[in-house]
Amino acid sequence: MTAQNLDHAPAGALPKARTGIAGLDAVTFGGLPAGRPTLICGAAGCGKSLFGATFLVNGATLFDEPGVLMSFEETDRDIAANVASLGYDVAGLVAAKKLAIDYVRVERSEIAESGEYDLEGLFVRLAYAIDEVGAKRVVLDTLEALFAGLDDESLLRSELRRLFAWLKERGVTAVITAERGDGALTRRGLEEYVSDCVILLDNRVADQITTRSLRIVKYRGSAHGTNEYPFLIDSEGISVLPVTTAGLAHDTTLDTVSSGIAGLDAMLGAGGFYRGASVLVTGGSGTGKTIFGAHFAAAASARGERCMLFGLEESPSQIIRNVRSVGVDLAPHVESGVLKLSSARPSLYGLEMHLTLMYRAIESFKPSVVVVDPISAFRGPSTEVHSMLLRMVDLLKAWGITALFTNLTSPGRDDATDHGLSSLMDTWIGLHDLESNGERNRGLFVLKSRGMSHSNQIREYVLTSQGVRLIEPYIGSAGVLTGTARLTQEAQERADHTARRQQVEKRLRKHQVKRDSAERQMAETRAALDAEAAEIQRLADEAEQREQDREADRAALSIARGAAE
Amino acid sequence: MTMADDGDIPDGHYNLRLYVAGRTANSMEAIANLRRLCDEHLPGRHTVEIIDLSQDPKRAAQDQIVALPTLVRHLPPPLKRIIGKLADVDKVLFGLEIKKLNP
Repeated sequence: MTAQNLDHAPAGALPKARTGIAGLDAVTFGGLPAGRPTLICGAAGCGKSLFGATFLVNGATLFDEPGVLMSFEETDRDIAANVASLGYDVAGLVAAKKLAIDYVRVERSEIAESGEYDLEGLFVRLAYAIDEVGAKRVVLDTLEALFAGLDDESLLRSELRRLFAWLKERGVTAVITAERGDGALTRRGLEEYVSDCVILLDNRVADQITTRSLRIVKYRGSAHGTNEYPFLIDSEGISVLPVTTAGLAHDTTLDTVSSGIAGLDAMLGAGGFYRGASVLVTGGSGTGKTIFGAHFAAAASARGERCMLFGLEESPSQIIRNVRSVGVDLAPHVESGVLKLSSARPSLYGLEMHLTLMYRAIESFKPSVVVVDPISAFRGPSTEVHSMLLRMVDLLKAWGITALFTNLTSPGRDDATDHGLSSLMDTWIGLHDLESNGERNRGLFVLKSRGMSHSNQIREYVLTSQGVRLIEPYIGSAGVLTGTARLTQEAQERADHTARRQQVEKRLRKHQVKRDSAERQMAETRAALDAEAAEIQRLADEAEQREQDREADRAALSIARGAAE
Repeated sequence: MTMADDGDIPDGHYNLRLYVAGRTANSMEAIANLRRLCDEHLPGRHTVEIIDLSQDPKRAAQDQIVALPTLVRHLPPPLKRIIGKLADVDKVLFGLEIKKLNP
């Protein structure tokens, strides 16, 4: 990001000294004006001193520019302890002659003034320290302490003017910190003397959550980001998040990524989400938003793509256990290192802090798929939440990461996203509770999906032990039927079908009986006829036999008669 | 510390250091003013060391010097600093607690 922005710095621009503070070098297009003084102002506790210390430590460790820290408020030991808490080895740098620290104590109670004086002592000390380490960077923290210690303000002012001129002449890049004043940038009007670069730090508390922000009020001779950029201070030091709308120049692609649910992919004309798209899944409690997220994550992991799941309401082990109950097993992917679960309640940190932590996590893990579950967990002033989410979405898009956000919607306003996010999203899937016949069923529809045709149906889905399953829609005379109504209708149809089949079978049986009896009758008649024919034959045979017998008798008689004659 | 009631010179030895940088007009004037003052008010019980920071810049940080010229009273304690070219003798005397303010 930094490198990318640095490339845009115009050639031949003002020489700059990089701060090494993530993000700040990006919004200043390369760092602070080299060889000139920069004023950093802000109220107490804004991190001015830390900015100064970081500038020096980074200079000494990263850019081979030794530095001098002249502190008017903290002793050497305090400074070392304070920045050591951020992991900086100040004592080591001092020993290596890369850093010189001079604590200037001006105790009013022990000073009396008598006649003219100047601040040559300060110049001598500064010059000595600069020469001692060959310093290229100088931090004066906080010069205004001089005003509290010395009476002659007009003399002080002329000496400060001389000091800044002298610093410029020495060619050191100086950072001067100053307290924020009422209605003015600094309490003592130091901005009058330091006109090259002025950076304002702010620390606001809203809803008991602190947000730090930084703004470049002025940067002579250089382009710079003009917005208020959030920054944060944590164990890794200072990071500035130049995450305004990171530009809309991200590349688009026609590649698609499966949602992990076959039925849902089929509803999307392209067969899935576009790679790099932002997907919103909204629904009420218990509609299975997390499971949709888990499906998506599991599918990406199974493809071997790195995936990051931010759980804002459940711990990693809880997520794994819960989605395993519906057949989505994330554990093997976590073990193989493809999937990373990260959980933290957003109320733990401020919004900006959370965004930055996510930013860092994504930057170090480099996933190609991110799931945030759910974004409704981000609470705060809605404008800030919106701006934070906007920046998150833009960041993910700029990095080409396909992201799935879930959002809890309140009943009765399903189509409204709480943070007005819909316009940021490429694809929006609504999960609905469909209440009818004394039961709740789950219905899914695609509200929008940019750049592809998509189904307009409300599809019922069930959470089975094999995950989310979309059911073929049943459209009856009263509309789409779901749940038991659908089951009843299906049973009714089955019953009708059975009845019709049974009727046919019955008639078939009857017909068969009829046919059987007819055939039996025919057989009987044939048998009777056969019997009659046999009788007739027998009678005929008998008649012939009798005739033959008579013939024989007659012959015998004739013979007998002949003999007698 | 014991002080005389009439605001006169108290007992004790004064150990003073005057810090200057180079031979500037302010430096020379401060040195002259201090000499005169010591001779007048601390005859025989003062030690004055003049430190030129342009020769020995290290001491500026060591002794917490910001403004120049600075006169530092090391003894008697507590530490006192007077900045400026020491033109106003009364202010210097008060500052060094050689002379107390009249009640």
